[in-house]
Amino acid sequence: MDQLYGIFLYAVFLLTMGGIYAVLALGLNIQWGFTGLFNAGVGGFFAIGAYVSAILTSAASARHLGGYDLPVPAGICAAMIASALVAWGIGRICIRLRSDYLAIATLGIAEILRLVLKNEIWATNGARGISRIPKPFEHVAEPWNQVGMLLLVFAIVLVLYVLLERARRSPWGRVMAAIRENEDAARAAGKDVERLRIEAFILGGALMGLGGALMAHHIKFIEPNVAEPVSATFLVWVMLVIGGSGNNRGAIFGAILVWTIWSATEILTTRLPSEWATKAAYLRIFLVGLALQIILQKFPEGIFRERRFQTSAASVHPPPFNRENTS
Amino acid sequence: MAQQSGSRNPPVLQVDGLTRRFGGLTAVDRCSFHIDAGRITGIIGPNGAGKSTIFNIVAGALPPTGGRILFEGEDVTGFPAHVLFHRGIVRTFQIPHEFGRLTVLENLMTVPAAQPGERLWPVWLAPGAVARREREVRERAEETLEFLTLWELRDALAMNLSGGQKKLLELGRAMMAEPRLVLLDEPGAGVNPTLLVKLGDMIRRLNRERGYTIVIIEHDMDFIASLCERIIVLAEGAVLTEGTMTTVRRDARVIDAYLGGGEEEAVEPFPASVGRST
Repeated sequence: MDQLYGIFLYAVFLLTMGGIYAVLALGLNIQWGFTGLFNAGVGGFFAIGAYVSAILTSAASARHLGGYDLPVPAGICAAMIASALVAWGIGRICIRLRSDYLAIATLGIAEILRLVLKNEIWATNGARGISRIPKPFEHVAEPWNQVGMLLLVFAIVLVLYVLLERARRSPWGRVMAAIRENEDAARAAGKDVERLRIEAFILGGALMGLGGALMAHHIKFIEPNVAEPVSATFLVWVMLVIGGSGNNRGAIFGAILVWTIWSATEILTTRLPSEWATKAAYLRIFLVGLALQIILQKFPEGIFRERRFQTSAASVHPPPFNRENTS
Repeated sequence: MAQQSGSRNPPVLQVDGLTRRFGGLTAVDRCSFHIDAGRITGIIGPNGAGKSTIFNIVAGALPPTGGRILFEGEDVTGFPAHVLFHRGIVRTFQIPHEFGRLTVLENLMTVPAAQPGERLWPVWLAPGAVARREREVRERAEETLEFLTLWELRDALAMNLSGGQKKLLELGRAMMAEPRLVLLDEPGAGVNPTLLVKLGDMIRRLNRERGYTIVIIEHDMDFIASLCERIIVLAEGAVLTEGTMTTVRRDARVIDAYLGGGEEEAVEPFPASVGRST
């Protein structure tokens, strides 16, 4: 019984983390899947969200900036606004870059940010990070505190899914896809490509900040390595590509699937003898890479393909050969 | 709605001393010409004469190094492409620029201006207004597809169209705007002869029935002779001469521009059939 309860708690934790990664993958899907913006600095936006919310909501501490004691929802909103503002600033400078150059620029900015977080000890407590971050429902009895967090995360994912799916199917989603497919033609069709790309970059950045804030409150602890390229940026990219770039359901599914693989390999490697365990930690990255290879061999466009929807099923006209009868 | 062709109104487009340099190369060299409203004007010239560069500048894809562009009497020099689009300058591309992973119908529906659904707040908060405009846009796109004879392909992804069909789609994108000046960059290149005849008819109909002012860059002399009363000949970035196909093809300088210069392949620019077709 105890063991079952343990498994239950583990599953709740796993799904909560998967849900948080789904928020990140949905954010990246707006940028890459919809609009074709190659953001290789996911970890940077994630870290901004995590740190802003952590600093604003934590109790006062001599080790880092804080003591504002704001409620968690306010911290999360501030995290989204801060990430959005940073995305706007980066967008103003970098958004004209071609996709591979945008990737290098965003990767560099995220790395700079990580080093700032590590070295501005007065604000962030450096490499030792910020601990005792408040968590929603933490005064509720176990396991309902964990379940409450899971439901909160899933509710957020659901709301985001509905909003983003509606956006994707709208003329907004169409013009973003047009920019992704052919920038020059979109310009020649009168679209303000720069403004629209920045818009997608900001919206995606805000969701990454949201994901970071949720992670900080869920784990209750945050340190600069959360912005590390492998565990943050790379993993979210793998999630989106495996799930199906351009497809919101794919982003959510990919996040939960890859997070499960990533965590399951952690369980396996910790059971190995200690001299193997350290080596095996690197094997995890290899395994995720291998999973990516296998899945992409079978599903080159990801498990859920991007679906176009403007088909004649919704047509207002009968086909032309019927039209003589009707008019 | 159709304007009378050959009207004596002020020109819709006036280009004065237009210059564009790429490093040491002067692609367009103090080039001046005008385009009359309601007519189909052809621009010809050997490869490297600066035809496409001029289109790129007039459509706002490239800023000029010097010179002035007046559109409907207003100075629009250096305006970006999306601003010029809303003023009514619409261009097509020599190499089709389709939105590959959008359907043919969506390719057309992307173009019209004033779509409230292209902003997120209306999408989330005012879906009624978005849906209303979307119906209008769809209706217009469907009419355009019928005109282009692409109706059967409306749900295909644009990337899967043939080269000729993509050329028709280029024309369709221009039709989805409210064009006051349409720039067609080699609409006939790579199009099979049967489709070329169809394409020529479509362009003529757009000029006659909808009063579009059209400028065509083209290498196919038969095609351009059958469409245009007035032809502007460019060479080395400037206007060499202009006139009807009959006068232009007799001009010794034109023949020289095509055959001379050394680097150009010596091909017969004006097949014998051209004279007859005008």
